[in-house]
Amino acid sequence: MLKKLKEKIRFGWLFCLVMILIFCLVYIFRPELGLASWQYLLNLTKKIAPLLLLVFALMFFSFIVLQPKTIIKYLGQGSGVKGWLIAVVGGIMSTGPIYMWYPLLADLKQAGTRNHLLATFIYSRAIKIPLMPILLFYFSLPFVIILTVYLIIFSFINGIIVGKIINN
Amino acid sequence: MYKQIIQQASQKTFNSFKQFLPILIGMLLLVSLLIKAVPQNFYLKFFTGNLITDSLVGALIGSIATGNPITSYIIGGELLNQSVSLVAVTAFIVTWVTVGTVQMPAEIYMLGKNFTITRNIVSFLLAIIIGILAVITLNLIYA
Repeated sequence: MLKKLKEKIRFGWLFCLVMILIFCLVYIFRPELGLASWQYLLNLTKKIAPLLLLVFALMFFSFIVLQPKTIIKYLGQGSGVKGWLIAVVGGIMSTGPIYMWYPLLADLKQAGTRNHLLATFIYSRAIKIPLMPILLFYFSLPFVIILTVYLIIFSFINGIIVGKIINN
Repeated sequence: MYKQIIQQASQKTFNSFKQFLPILIGMLLLVSLLIKAVPQNFYLKFFTGNLITDSLVGALIGSIATGNPITSYIIGGELLNQSVSLVAVTAFIVTWVTVGTVQMPAEIYMLGKNFTITRNIVSFLLAIIIGILAVITLNLIYA
């Protein structure tokens, strides 16, 4: 896990360094474009910075509230309506990249969790409560509400379709 | 007990931050360069204004791209500012999270080939439907 994290961080910094290099090259060979991009970057950073603080604060609280063992307990086979609801809520509450959740989901699958609940869980991860401020910053409130409602409805639909196709 | 949970949460948040920071810096640089380097009408070549094809293109780009959803919101918002249709942008931000082309090998390894391929195809198609429905609903509200 730690090794994977280190690899990811290494990749992240490599990507960052490549972008800095490209930015510098643009600045040298096309100064007018470099300057325009730099000014745009400063404005964009100013807009994003306060929101990022809020995002990480919300992420911190999500980590406190959500414990992986809790999800395992309630997503077992025969969970019925409760299982559906927990799959959606669990997906919404889960933070971090999806691949961090694969081992847990694989465990759940092996323990007898049905495919439709796993698909519902993964789909509902599209609703990111801690990131809502940024979504609201770019999109209107009615749009964010509509999108969120559709994502919840389609999490169930996604689960039903995936479950039916696999079972057939 | 609570101290341990808070400590773990702090560590996880710090790890997420550490993991995300260079990607964020890189993405901000990339977005700033692209926005200024690519002519405003460039995206219009891909996005025609047709609900169906726009959703398809947006969903395709979102499926191939990967990273933190914040990035998709930033790019999506900027695309919107560049007059790209809301249908395409919606499909783009939905597939960004629900379809994982890059993560597919890991998902196949952990959850099975049948499940992964079915889930990704269904998610891709549903993202297009969500894109269209969201905009139709929004238009109905403002009508």
